[in-house]
Amino acid sequence: MVEQVRKLLDKRLKTPEELEKLRQSIISDKDTSRILISVCGGTGCRASGAEAVVDAFAEEIERLELQAKIEFKETGCHGFCERGPVVLIGPKKIFYQHVQPEDVPEIVAETVLQGKPIQRLLYTDPATNEEITYETDVPFYKRQTRLILGANGEIDPTDIEQYIAAGGYSALSKALFHMTPEKIISEVTDSGLRGRGGGGFPTGRKWQSCLKAKGDIKYVLCNADEGDPGAYQDRSILEGNPHSVIEGMIIGAYAIGSNNGYIYVRNEYPLAVERTIIALEQAMDYGFLGENILGSGFNFTITINKGGGAFVCGESSALIASLEGKIGEPKAKYTHMSEKGLWDKPSLLNNVKTWANVPLIVNKGTDWYSKIGTKGSKGTMIFSLVGKINNSGLVEVPMGITLREMIYDIGGGIPGGKKFKAVQTGGPSGGCIPEEYLDTPVDFDELTKLGSMMGSGGMIVMDEDNCMVDVARYFIEFLKGESCGKCVPCREGLAKMSEILNRISHGQGKPEDIEVMTDLGEILNNGALCALGRSAANPVLSTIKYFKDEYLAHINDKKCPAGVCRELIEYSIDPDKCTGCGACVRACSTNAISGEKKEPHVINQGMCIKCGACYDTCKFDAVIKG
Amino acid sequence: MDTGLDFTTIQTILESNAEKVEKLIESYISKKEQLISLLQDVQAEFNYIPQDVIIRISQRLEIPLSQVFSVATFFQAFSLKPRGRHTITVCLGTACHIKGGQRLVDKLGRDYDLKPGETTEDMRFSLETANCLGCCALGPVVVIDGKYESKVTPDKLDKILKKYE
Ligand SMILES: Cc1cc2nc3c(=O)[nH]c(=O)nc-3n(C[C@H](O)[C@H](O)[C@H](O)COP(=O)(O)O)c2cc1C
Ligand code: FES
Repeated sequence: MVEQVRKLLDKRLKTPEELEKLRQSIISDKDTSRILISVCGGTGCRASGAEAVVDAFAEEIERLELQAKIEFKETGCHGFCERGPVVLIGPKKIFYQHVQPEDVPEIVAETVLQGKPIQRLLYTDPATNEEITYETDVPFYKRQTRLILGANGEIDPTDIEQYIAAGGYSALSKALFHMTPEKIISEVTDSGLRGRGGGGFPTGRKWQSCLKAKGDIKYVLCNADEGDPGAYQDRSILEGNPHSVIEGMIIGAYAIGSNNGYIYVRNEYPLAVERTIIALEQAMDYGFLGENILGSGFNFTITINKGGGAFVCGESSALIASLEGKIGEPKAKYTHMSEKGLWDKPSLLNNVKTWANVPLIVNKGTDWYSKIGTKGSKGTMIFSLVGKINNSGLVEVPMGITLREMIYDIGGGIPGGKKFKAVQTGGPSGGCIPEEYLDTPVDFDELTKLGSMMGSGGMIVMDEDNCMVDVARYFIEFLKGESCGKCVPCREGLAKMSEILNRISHGQGKPEDIEVMTDLGEILNNGALCALGRSAANPVLSTIKYFKDEYLAHINDKKCPAGVCRELIEYSIDPDKCTGCGACVRACSTNAISGEKKEPHVINQGMCIKCGACYDTCKFDAVIKG
Repeated sequence: MDTGLDFTTIQTILESNAEKVEKLIESYISKKEQLISLLQDVQAEFNYIPQDVIIRISQRLEIPLSQVFSVATFFQAFSLKPRGRHTITVCLGTACHIKGGQRLVDKLGRDYDLKPGETTEDMRFSLETANCLGCCALGPVVVIDGKYESKVTPDKLDKILKKYE
């Protein structure tokens, strides 16, 4: 009773022993006979209707008064977003996909109460046509090592006690009471952890320079700007397990001697912001943030800051400018931010995933951690495996797995029997890797050797219907728009490249274009102010290197082999296949299609704007693109 | 600046909100460095950043007008023009691009006379594009007034938009 009153008045834990006591009491209070239903409440599953499923479960459990029998929770992202809403049931984790509110009463009656799986909601392996019952047997999950993402599917991110029950904040307690700052840093160094934000800089070394930097005020920063289009793992961690990042930051702050931290999150991530704010408040209430953390005498607070939606703000100096309330323009790095960062004070910036690795390393030790991965890249990496791929979502794998294993074993290959063309990694500054290199082990150094990079883990698979000139043009347009315009090579170089690529995709390419772009690429690599400009030519250079034929087809033959570049294609109707159903006529917004009912139709080329609506609509494959 | 609203309408919106604006700015008085957050709050309140408010922020927080203006124009999240009743955001991130995101923008231009950064004449829709909405496995992604729609085709977009008046 006294204990309960104390808990109500002040939840702040004052010693590491109190933390352990709380952990034990949460675990022993838990009724383990209850069957667990966990619904993914990440942004992906919510887009597919997870909120209604959550409500339906809550109602059904109340209606049948099953609260004592069922433990029900909404968790963070499970990773298999494409199959959402995803629901897991029971200790063996029966895996249901595409669950709708209508399915809920049946799930409760059949699966939860009687243990019978419902066939229609199970995942079917496209390779074997076999239905799979348990999450651990689904090929998408089977090959993964989910050290960081695993807890996402198990804890409710809005309840700190669930994180604590799962061992949360024990690494912090260990660091504060059993390790010196130097020891923590040497552990991080020896683990071989490298920054997950793109650059792959050795994390321990960065911490060491911040520790040594002079000054009483130091800052710890978390980069959650996640500007790489096609990558969303940082979002998923902040939405699903924000405390893992917060715990990492507190340990980092203690190691370098900082009392203030910032999390810089992009504005496009409202749910991540919301859950991080809740987590920060709870961490404060429980005494993991604020003054005298766990009675150690160490003080630390974290402020959350929303970005304004500019890709370049993920770059360290631009991020700092933006935190200071200025526009996000990068600066030349004459001094290192470990000496002069935010407000000119020593600052330690790491990516969300890097921070989330820290508690693991502290808890499990360097020996354990450094056994995972390759010689130069330790641990796991989280990729967002997206694009033209059957099993699309977030996957966490040990460094060193091959691209082929990722794409075929985990990703289940290319949909619709199409042919693989390239995989793009490393975000806008990365490159496109062709089929012949699919057996390359994925780590920081190997990807760089191929002219691409790890970046923040985007892995976008492209098939025969994607045009490499269009992809290069897309990235250059993107980077041109995101270039802050401060330095000439980047501002002018990208404008010129964009002009050339647009010409090529309009069928007005010239033979010398390829060489001009290669030269421009070199100038950018050497002469731009920040890493955005210095790597901006990668998408062009890598596509020229591996897909020169496609450029030549555009330039010399005025053809787009993939049928993407609009100026170079024509739609027509195959009279043998056309049934005259008229679907295309209704889809065409320029009235370019005509024909008698039940007779083959024709497209008036003069009126066709090549939007492709007829091609998409036709059920008989009668519309030809070429 | 063509805002699509006549001058008196804007005046009335601002006057009736003058107190709110003052209060909002007041809460940032000692937090000059959080200019971006303040602008986000203003944007959330009005759905855009009225010019008067920019001037007011500059005066009250003693930040040069040029700086407030440069921040307000630098970031994609801010609009200096009033927005329509519903904001459509089409993702043009890589994953969505290769699955046809651009075709959705083309469609809106063609059938709704709506281009990125603009608002329909009847103030029904505003169109924004984004570099990635963090739902890449479900592309092409469109967000309407905060609601995510996945695997959107031009056809499906028509049906979705019917729900918004
Ligand atoms: C143009 C550009 C954009 C970047 N965007 C991000 C980003 O979105 N997230 C991130 O963590 N790092 C990004 N970085 C890398 C950061 O500058 C920095 O290296 C990183 O946050 C350091 O953390 P880490 O060592 O944990 O990787 C970007 C770099 C450049 C040049
Ligand atoms: S690329 Fe569109 S949501 Fe990420």
